[in-house]
Amino acid sequence: MSINIKQRFYFKIFSSLSLIAAVNFVYAQTSVDPLDAPTWETVHKTMLFNEEVVFDERVKVVVPDVAEDPMNVPVSVRVGDIGEIEEIRVFADLNPIQKILNFYPGKIEPFIAFRFKVQQSTPVRAAARTKDGVWHVGGHWLDATGGGCTAPSVSSGLANWEDTLGDVKSRLWSRKDQPDRLRFRIMHPMDTGLASGIPAFYIELLELKDSNGDLLAHIESYQPVSENPFFSLDLESNRYQGLTLTGHDNNGNQINKVLQ
Amino acid sequence: MKPTVRFFQPHDNVSILMRTFSVLILFILTIQVSKAAELDYNLIAEPVVEGTYVFVGSTKYFSKQNGGNIVNTAYIVTNAGVVVIDTGPSYRYGKQMRDYIESTTGLSIIKVFITHHHPDHFLGNQAFNDVPIASLSGVINGIKLQGNAFTDNLYALIGDWMKETEAYIPTEVIVPGKFSIGGHEIEIIALDGHTDSDMVIYDHTTGVLFPGDLVFHNRTPAVANANIQHWLDSISKLQELNYKYMVPGHGAVISDEHAMIQTRDYLSWLHKHLQNALDRGLAMSEALTLELPASFQSLDILHEEYKRAVLQLYPDMEQNYFN
Ligand SMILES: [Zn+2]
Repeated sequence: MSINIKQRFYFKIFSSLSLIAAVNFVYAQTSVDPLDAPTWETVHKTMLFNEEVVFDERVKVVVPDVAEDPMNVPVSVRVGDIGEIEEIRVFADLNPIQKILNFYPGKIEPFIAFRFKVQQSTPVRAAARTKDGVWHVGGHWLDATGGGCTAPSVSSGLANWEDTLGDVKSRLWSRKDQPDRLRFRIMHPMDTGLASGIPAFYIELLELKDSNGDLLAHIESYQPVSENPFFSLDLESNRYQGLTLTGHDNNGNQINKVLQ
Repeated sequence: MKPTVRFFQPHDNVSILMRTFSVLILFILTIQVSKAAELDYNLIAEPVVEGTYVFVGSTKYFSKQNGGNIVNTAYIVTNAGVVVIDTGPSYRYGKQMRDYIESTTGLSIIKVFITHHHPDHFLGNQAFNDVPIASLSGVINGIKLQGNAFTDNLYALIGDWMKETEAYIPTEVIVPGKFSIGGHEIEIIALDGHTDSDMVIYDHTTGVLFPGDLVFHNRTPAVANANIQHWLDSISKLQELNYKYMVPGHGAVISDEHAMIQTRDYLSWLHKHLQNALDRGLAMSEALTLELPASFQSLDILHEEYKRAVLQLYPDMEQNYFN
């Protein structure tokens, strides 16, 4: 079921007043960008190759309204009940590097959370492709103009960073009435290549496998993902043990770890 | 050698385009603002006890409406002249504060104290550049390190109110202890927790305590540079003092422990709450949207400040979780 643009506009205005609760049985789908960003046409082309798109509230992108720390903006993407999801692309229209991450949920839940870096205020979007090839797009405006008491990012600049490069720490939570939660952190500078004199240096690929070595899901990450990235994923309850994480960065450094 | 700067640099065309666009918008806004009346903080001091006054600011966050007047600044009239405590969020505020003090007391200002390195407490310093501006070495270092970044942030948040404001570094290092100034017995106490260095001023002569931002009253504490455990320890130390009135960094003047207890309870709750979110495996974006206890609803801008707390504290807590 779809609603018209005007209604969608008022959705946006009144959602903060929780009036949305009264009408949330309607899954708004529209072909007009609900974020009303002049950049949509461009990212539609560059990120989704002008393929068929529908704006869909069931692709839920959570980012804060204001980025306190532009080096660490949390985002989560959760896709509601719209059928099997083949791929989720996360991007920010006005970032110098728009592409943040592509996630192929495969055999796990269409959910991912992590932190990323922004340069300025921008729409943050996730596009989820269903089997029919249609991209379902959700998003949120992120304001990144100043943050009062925010300290400038003091770089971790550890002298021994190379010793820990690619180290993975993880934990799996089994939770009542919910999917299991996997969180893992990988030590990596994730340099964007945009700071002068510092080449891009970032994790390109992560593959999550079960104990038989079968691929469950994989992630293609890009420069905007935050330093020492911290990922959260959801897996079918009580099903997996002995998961492994493999992957590599753009310099060919390997990541290989049996997860705890 | 490990490169330390990893910020996006605005080298690409999109950025330049957006910057030009932002400058244009800023320009239009500036025209509108200057058409409006001269920006005036309308400062009026309230007496705390005889000879001690406070300019009570809003308990909201920085905005173009309040010009950053979200802070309490104060002054003590002594027989040697006026002692000023904190100088507000902008050069403009500092000037208006100084004009008010000099015209109402007819006295000159002999000393300025800065409680800590947050921008709303020291960016009025330029208006007092002919007066010794004193603080702890830790506060002064904080201003040297972060003062310019704070100033940039406030330009973004309050715009034209900041005109000509620069981070002016205090000129005098003060050591903790008691001394006499214009007939007042003043004690400087070095604590920390709200920031790495928080200077508390206790006037033994009047019994008025100036705890800086170690105490918030009916306003959600700001934790951007906080060490919560140290902050709680500092509050315990403040509770031992035999003050008559307290001028918190934010919120109304108070004569009992209530504001300290509010601050303490919120901070200890916040710490446990975020640790608990981590222990349950919640991602940062999930921690942002958790429900908050009804008992804190009396604190102004609770939801806004809680969200900032998650954004400011959770990344480090996450990193430490696996260390
Ligand atoms: Zn402060």
